[in-house]
Amino acid sequence: MPEKSTALRDRLRPGTPAPVRTSAGLPPLVRHLLLALAALAVIVALSFVVDPFTNVRLATVGYYLIAVAGLTLLTGFNGQVSLGHGAFMFIGAYTVALLVLYVPGLPFWADLLLAAAASGVAGTLAGAAAARLHGPYLAGATLALAVGLPAVTQRFPEVLGGSNGLGFTVNSRPASLAGTVSTPQWQAWVVWTTVLLALVVLANLTRSRFGRMLRAVRDDEVSAELSGIHIGRTKIFAFVISAVCGGLAGGLQAFLLGTAAPGSFSPVLSLSLLAAMVLGGIGSMWGALWGALALVYFQAWSEDLTHALDLGTDIANNLPLAVYGVVLIVVVLAFPQGIQGGVRALWTRLSRLSRLSRSRSTEEGHR
Amino acid sequence: MKRTTLVAAALAAALTLASCSGAGEQQTGDAGDSGTSPGVTDTSVLVGTHQPLTGPAAPGYSRISVGARAMFDYINENGGVNGRKIEYRVEDDGYNPTRTVEVVKKLVLQDQVFALLGGLGTPTHSKVIEFLNTEKVPDLLVSSGALMWDDPQKSPMTFGYQVDYTREGKIQGDWIKKNLAGKKVGLMFQNDDVGRDSQKGLDQFIADQIVSRQGYDPANTDVLPQISALRDAGAEVIVCSCVPAYTALSILTSAKISYRAQFVVSSIGADPATLTGLLQEFGKRGGTEVSAPQLLNGLVGTGYLPDVSRADDPWIKLLREVHQKYIPNEQLTNTVVFGMVQAFTFAQALKAAGRDLTRQKLVDAMSSGALEGPGLTPFGYTQQSHSGYTGAYVFKINPDTTTTEIQAPVVTDRENGPITPGTLQRKTPQEINLFGGTS
Repeated sequence: MPEKSTALRDRLRPGTPAPVRTSAGLPPLVRHLLLALAALAVIVALSFVVDPFTNVRLATVGYYLIAVAGLTLLTGFNGQVSLGHGAFMFIGAYTVALLVLYVPGLPFWADLLLAAAASGVAGTLAGAAAARLHGPYLAGATLALAVGLPAVTQRFPEVLGGSNGLGFTVNSRPASLAGTVSTPQWQAWVVWTTVLLALVVLANLTRSRFGRMLRAVRDDEVSAELSGIHIGRTKIFAFVISAVCGGLAGGLQAFLLGTAAPGSFSPVLSLSLLAAMVLGGIGSMWGALWGALALVYFQAWSEDLTHALDLGTDIANNLPLAVYGVVLIVVVLAFPQGIQGGVRALWTRLSRLSRLSRSRSTEEGHR
Repeated sequence: MKRTTLVAAALAAALTLASCSGAGEQQTGDAGDSGTSPGVTDTSVLVGTHQPLTGPAAPGYSRISVGARAMFDYINENGGVNGRKIEYRVEDDGYNPTRTVEVVKKLVLQDQVFALLGGLGTPTHSKVIEFLNTEKVPDLLVSSGALMWDDPQKSPMTFGYQVDYTREGKIQGDWIKKNLAGKKVGLMFQNDDVGRDSQKGLDQFIADQIVSRQGYDPANTDVLPQISALRDAGAEVIVCSCVPAYTALSILTSAKISYRAQFVVSSIGADPATLTGLLQEFGKRGGTEVSAPQLLNGLVGTGYLPDVSRADDPWIKLLREVHQKYIPNEQLTNTVVFGMVQAFTFAQALKAAGRDLTRQKLVDAMSSGALEGPGLTPFGYTQQSHSGYTGAYVFKINPDTTTTEIQAPVVTDRENGPITPGTLQRKTPQEINLFGGTS
């Protein structure tokens, strides 16, 4: 590894990855599945106690989570920076929108799978180009994707609705649940089931041989190649997986909000996803959760704050972004590895303290 | 071990979030106790709106809610409507439909607003119309001229406000055919229902005069390709169905390439004061001083509300008083007037709905047809039609950016009906008597 590295590369390199641990004794797939089931149970329970709008927010956190998690795999584990991930959300959302409008007979899970497939194909193409590019060139190319793709709606206004986009309703709730489960609740369940399934796949991938290949390519391409890793193929595969995650996120967003419009997929969205990933912690899938929570709740809280303080519109408009920016700077300064890095550091310190006090108490017991 | 802690932390975070929203729920429970509709208490009624306070449509449009709020302040200071003060909650959606859906769900599900007032924008509001009608929330005076707000069968809770784009297109087409006969016309339009519905009206009169049709996307601020194409097609008249920012960009871009055409602009983008501000700002960003009055001189526009420069109009007199008292530092533009009139019209409907307020009564009051507003043409509200203002007048911008009416108000329908002179005996603010005699 070269001694001198730029600041960006430092940020993107979360240090030595933790060795794969098999402490629980269960195979990772089973453990991840159990974890996902537990998380789903929590979501379902939560969805019954909170008000309908919080269910909408819960689902919003869900689809951002999978988008950021995909980006984490690409950037955190494989070292490819994408400034254009909103483009894959765009593809996912429009695929679902078109399928709902023109193939209404199809079940919703099939719509989602097709949305994932469509953005997977786009990801293959983009990934093939990206594998040949490095650093700023890659960032520029992916940014172009985010800027350019929504303009397709202008080219085909009859099918894609132009600037107006498409509006529709997905009615996937089984009729038998109509009385007991509200629409936002059902939507939260669908979103989180999909997201958790996708996360199980991601978690297994990153802990497998493929995960090690990703990290090897990120850390040093030359030595990775010397160890027999096909650099290009690995990079493209990483791009495809993260694109599929983006497509799923877009499809779920379309499902939740009943809309797909170009104005929603501006470059700002792509940059927000990237910022959320950095904020949460680049090297870890848990970071994606913090990032998604931050995306949804910082906006909400700063808006509540402006309501409470009765600020002028000029300040109120910019406060959410300013708050977000300040938090991002503070977190990255304090914990270079994001919120997850901070959580990890805190945990290490706590466990050391508890170990110390435990050994002290056993000493006292001996006395 | 590490994993379990992380799960615990995630759970803790999730529960904290849940408890945060619990507080909001409590509040709405209180409102329900008074035995009336959501958002209504003995002394207040809560209305919400979504507005582009940021983003591509914010220049100009962000001032609408400022005007509306000033009018509500004035109404509340005079005792409110039927003894209730109006609380007005503005959510910023940045003209982004995804955000619109989120903030409207928040307004309805969490804040429990009684009604939505003047939700702004076609691409944005079209995504929430189904939700609002399913939830039976009155969706009044939508700030857009698209035809889809006027569909009482499908959307019984939704009511338009502005003259719709097809009616306006017909009036513009008719005027061009009479006054600019034989001239080549180019269309510049927002590439959504604004453009589609406008052309439906324009084409009835000047289809054979149109030489080029150029759409723009509100996410892209470069209109040089479109303006160049209009010039290359030889258009002598540019009909601009654009929001203010894109009207200004089109005027500035054509000036930049020394292309002088007669602009004919829809009411949504023809406010001289707003355009002046935008032209100066965009010019400054481009590094040049521009003379806005010179660029705007001779511009033809259509409108349906009294122009702010008509000092003798009884309504403008009232609006100027409200402006002086509540927002003296805000420039009084036709856009601010738009918000003020909208708020006043809502208050009229609220008064007609009576003291014993329900959502259905508000909707009934709207469709009773009794609503008369400060506008220069009548409303189209009946049981069968939820259309707002039904016509427009044509004006020209003078060298000092005041306006002169060059064709008196006419009314028409959204289909192929004739264009007829608008006969409207406007009531004065005193005659409407918003604060006296509670019904």
